[in-house]
Amino acid sequence: MQTTTASTSRIRTLATGESVQRLLALGALVILLVFFSIIAPNFATLENYRNILTATASNGLLATGVTFAIITGGIDLSIGTGTAFTSVAMGIVAVNWGLPLPLGLLAGLASGGLVGLINGTLIAKAKLPPFIATLGMLYVTLGMAQVLSDVHPIYFTDPQPALQDFFMGKPIAGIPNIVWVMFGGAAVAWVLLNKTVLGRYTFAIGSNEEATRLSGVNVDRWKIAVYVVGGVFVGLAGIVLAARSASAQPSQGMGYELNAIAAAVIGGTSLAGGEGSIVGTLIGAFLISTLGTGLSVDNVPQQFQYVITGLVVIGAVWLDIFRRRSRA
Amino acid sequence: MKLTRILGLAATAAIAASACSGAAASPSAAPASQAAASQPAASSGTGAASAYTPPTDGGAAKGKTIAIVSKGEQHAFWQAVKKGALDEAAKLGVNVTYQGPANETMVNDQLQMLQNALTNNPAAVCFAALDSKAAGDLLNQAKSKNIPVVGFDSGVDSTIPVTTVATDNIAAAGLAAKKLAALIGDSGKVAVIVHDQTSQTGITRRDGFVAEMKNHPNIQIVSIQYGAGDHQKSADLAKGIMTANPDLKGFFGANEGSIDGVLDALKETGNTGKIVAVGYDSGQQQLDAINSGAEAGAITQNPIGIGAKCVDAAVDAVNGKTLPKTIDTGFFWYDKTNINNPEIQAVLYK
Repeated sequence: MQTTTASTSRIRTLATGESVQRLLALGALVILLVFFSIIAPNFATLENYRNILTATASNGLLATGVTFAIITGGIDLSIGTGTAFTSVAMGIVAVNWGLPLPLGLLAGLASGGLVGLINGTLIAKAKLPPFIATLGMLYVTLGMAQVLSDVHPIYFTDPQPALQDFFMGKPIAGIPNIVWVMFGGAAVAWVLLNKTVLGRYTFAIGSNEEATRLSGVNVDRWKIAVYVVGGVFVGLAGIVLAARSASAQPSQGMGYELNAIAAAVIGGTSLAGGEGSIVGTLIGAFLISTLGTGLSVDNVPQQFQYVITGLVVIGAVWLDIFRRRSRA
Repeated sequence: MKLTRILGLAATAAIAASACSGAAASPSAAPASQAAASQPAASSGTGAASAYTPPTDGGAAKGKTIAIVSKGEQHAFWQAVKKGALDEAAKLGVNVTYQGPANETMVNDQLQMLQNALTNNPAAVCFAALDSKAAGDLLNQAKSKNIPVVGFDSGVDSTIPVTTVATDNIAAAGLAAKKLAALIGDSGKVAVIVHDQTSQTGITRRDGFVAEMKNHPNIQIVSIQYGAGDHQKSADLAKGIMTANPDLKGFFGANEGSIDGVLDALKETGNTGKIVAVGYDSGQQQLDAINSGAEAGAITQNPIGIGAKCVDAAVDAVNGKTLPKTIDTGFFWYDKTNINNPEIQAVLYK
């Protein structure tokens, strides 16, 4: 991170938009990769790079989904424990009810969409602050995951081995399919954000909600849509997590939302709304997992991993504020 | 506007972090034995000793690395496991890496740690699974790389591990029940605070305690509650139970956080010494309580022994020795009378 802070004076003069932040994040990622390749003996191996990709999959999806809400000037804290809810929904349909796996996957996505619909309705219609609405849903989704599963993990191993076999299968370049799911999801998100009316209104709401409303846009409806999109990505992340452990873990996910928000912020998405990009978010997600994997492969004790990850997040948010102030 | 957003983020982090630690299972959380239940011969002795003889020399494993992926790293119990492993590794001339997730709900995070460990191609892996059924994919990976896996603590539900190093929790909790029964004159109401109902340790300790109490027909277990190993939550639960059962005679706390909560509750309600408390593991608060008489006694596992034996087993596996299916690390009942015995002191942690 030192290099990024050192180049802040350059930002002041350039004072351009989010692309700078994205470039900085990319630079930091490259520097980290080089750094760990030098100091950690087994880091610069194909296997480890695949490992980093795999480690990014669930956080990359969550971060991609939450990027929409953050761009509108909102936040979604329910995405972490939401994965517990959506993977339990998958488990109930595909294991407890014994229905075919594709229906289970659909249930995962639909239950995520449902959580998003509730979030969006609470925020847009009931006028709850996004922070409070989704904080509430953080607990509701965790609790519902535990209620529905009777606080027992649901194992896919026996009746639905295809879940792990398929999603952890490595048909292309030895990279597990969950990584391609992440890239596929991110591609869809990129199109949504940059090429559709949903994306346009997402930015518009985040830049100036009142002006958007006055220009005749049904802001409430688009806000709900934004949280539904985020929810479907929670469903995707739930599938990835369930595939990795071949189980739906009813207590999982607390804290995942912070990793996802951190990834978006590092990638240049502004918590003040109106700015953000899918590519930046993905870079942020890779940065976090590169840091985690690198420190872990290098056998750095966990307490230092926390400190270092925290400093990276602080540095990124600080840059964000700094950039804004220098432009104002 | 901008400032409020930033403050909002800070608050998010703080709230989520506190929520996280609240939900974090069992501070001293520990094992679940998959060892066959072998009742200890003497009630104050260890569990049945296994036939396993640890190596005295690293042999071919010397200078090689053994990766330990544990269920935790921060709590005193896991620090003791780590110490046992590091000391034994130094003795045998092998290297050890040690990692564990921040809390016991982080199944996927732990799998990532195991994946990272395998990336380093260690000579052997010691693994204490948070969810023993969830790790199948990675265990197969270890197998295909010819890296022997030693299960420890709650072990690993698979045929791949060469052995499992663990405490017999059923027998240990049974001993706690027997002691509590004797302390309350073999009749009356008792209650149990457990850390959770999903982990092997939570399940086996609860079931071991309940099973032994079936042999005591005049004792009634009025309530079994789950406090996530959190002091505050366990204390609140214990207070609720006391309100509902004014004639309660005894409490069993199934891990360090649970019994600490019980002790807090007894203190706050002025019931210290009136209601018999029996605990599990150690830690400063519990040791003080046993010395002062506020707690009658507790079961201690042998966390240092767990760490040491899993390194022993890994070294043996690397050297191609055949290992027994399970290696019992033993447990002890300790109270005011024997807390200062060297063999007890050696396994207690603060």
